[in-house]
Amino acid sequence: MTVSELTQNGLTALTLPDGDRSIEGVYMGDLLSWVMGNASTDNAWITIMSNLNVVAVAVLTDVSCVILAEGVELPADVKAQAEAKGVNILTSELPSYETAVKLYELLR
Amino acid sequence: MPEPLVFHFDVDGNDFTSAGTASVTVKKNLRQLGLPSEVIKKLSIAMYEGEINMVIHADGGTADVIVGESYIDIILADHGPGIPNVELAMQEGYSTATAQIHSLGFGAGMGLPNMKRYSDEMTIDTRLNEGTTVKMRIYL
Ligand SMILES: Nc1ncnc2c1ncn2[C@@H]1O[C@H](COP(=O)(O)OP(=O)(O)O)[C@@H](O)[C@H]1O
Ligand SMILES: [Mg+2]
Repeated sequence: MTVSELTQNGLTALTLPDGDRSIEGVYMGDLLSWVMGNASTDNAWITIMSNLNVVAVAVLTDVSCVILAEGVELPADVKAQAEAKGVNILTSELPSYETAVKLYELLR
Repeated sequence: MPEPLVFHFDVDGNDFTSAGTASVTVKKNLRQLGLPSEVIKKLSIAMYEGEINMVIHADGGTADVIVGESYIDIILADHGPGIPNVELAMQEGYSTATAQIHSLGFGAGMGLPNMKRYSDEMTIDTRLNEGTTVKMRIYL
């Protein structure tokens, strides 16, 4: 499934500069070093963090998108940086766990 | 032998939000050189952790990336407080970061362990009240 396809299934795109990226699995976490130690290339990354460092971590780990759970809002400067660096950011109204369950259903 | 390619960055110790600029730029440059993406990922994450450490713990420093024929060296140098006990600092979960740093998602005490894991060789040269130099080598 691609990131664009995900947005047709109840997740809203906040930035979508590279919607053709495919999603292979999910990593969930808010501690950035843990994410960098464990997220795999092409994972969708579920988090409640939304500061500028999230964009850098998304670029460095090669995740296919960031999904902000719990309806967390994206500051304008972070949004601009994500567009500039080609990072897809989606938002989900659901808590992290329910977001992960939903992705599990969609990806299997 | 051709001259090695060198990238040099000054890492600003006050600007937490722009931390990562050097690593993200290096990633882009190495992609343009056509290096394998797994090598680039390991290297840029190791460098980012080091860059963040200089910002959080040492009020900034410099980062140099030297691209050779068979390996890439990353040298991170600062004039911060130094690390009193390197063995302790290397332990997973050990951190002296403040609550403010935690609120940004850092300070999990996994930075140095990640740097060790993602590089092939790592040395830490540190002196109290003088500074710290971390060298990492990744083979191509
Ligand atoms: N460049 C540095 N200068 C001074 N102290 C450092 C430096 N890098 C790391 N440290 C010390 O080592 C500890 C562990 O580092 P690290 O594993 O990256 O965890 P974290 O940065 O999350 O605290 C830090 O909390 C800090 O006390
Ligand atoms: Mg650290």
